[in-house]
Amino acid sequence: MDRIPILKLGDCLIVSLHVDLHDRLALTLQDDLANRVVSTGARGVLIDISGLDMVDSFIGRVLGNIATLCQVLDAETVIVGLRPAVAITLVELGVTWTHVRTALNIERGMALLQHHVSLTAPEETRDDPDDAQR
Amino acid sequence: MTTLTTPRGEVLPVQSEDDVVRVRQAVRQCALAVGFSLVDQTKLVTAASELARNVLVHGHGGQVRLDVLASPRIGIQLVFEDHGPGIPDLDRALQEGFSTGGGLGLGLSGSRRLMNEFRIQSQPGDTRVTVIKWKA
Repeated sequence: MDRIPILKLGDCLIVSLHVDLHDRLALTLQDDLANRVVSTGARGVLIDISGLDMVDSFIGRVLGNIATLCQVLDAETVIVGLRPAVAITLVELGVTWTHVRTALNIERGMALLQHHVSLTAPEETRDDPDDAQR
Repeated sequence: MTTLTTPRGEVLPVQSEDDVVRVRQAVRQCALAVGFSLVDQTKLVTAASELARNVLVHGHGGQVRLDVLASPRIGIQLVFEDHGPGIPDLDRALQEGFSTGGGLGLGLSGSRRLMNEFRIQSQPGDTRVTVIKWKA
């Protein structure tokens, strides 16, 4: 069965969606991500959807569920790379992502996650505030 | 545009999740061939995805017919058909947020907003949703 690769970078997990997602694949990703957050103790999840030329209400719901699920597991989710046409269509369709954070691209998404991770890290391992900005 | 290379009257089965993906791809190709803008392509493909999923989930499978219209304007018409139990309360089904399939309840209401024309008729054993997107 097809699976979407999940990469680990420091405290974060990174997923890049490129294939046209069928429903089962989206649900498998949801399960896989939850398991990887638990097994790695990741604090941030970055989902790049710049490769998707369409996000319908089902995929929108799964992405929203992933964000909520990760939050429950103490990991912040950021979705990046929404194409303009996809964003316009999502809004018109009526999908509202109330608990989903978005950023324009991977770079800004990672910066957002690093900031979150450094703010919520335990006191003894907290990075120097100057470091977080680099 | 004077010649249309897109096949007319293409009928695609909707019996599995993979079929839903194939419907999206066929609609995308057709919209591209007809010369729709990127935003309109995306709206059309998204609405097609919603309606194809409805055929699969609520209608237990069916088909979609894809036609390129030449008059009064250039447009794409999609007709989704299934022989499932039908929609007992159409008004309610068209309300935003109403769902019996565990989704967001945006399938019908959302795709109506994304398309220019939207017609639905349903009785047990015969549900048909016809949508048209005109080229801007």
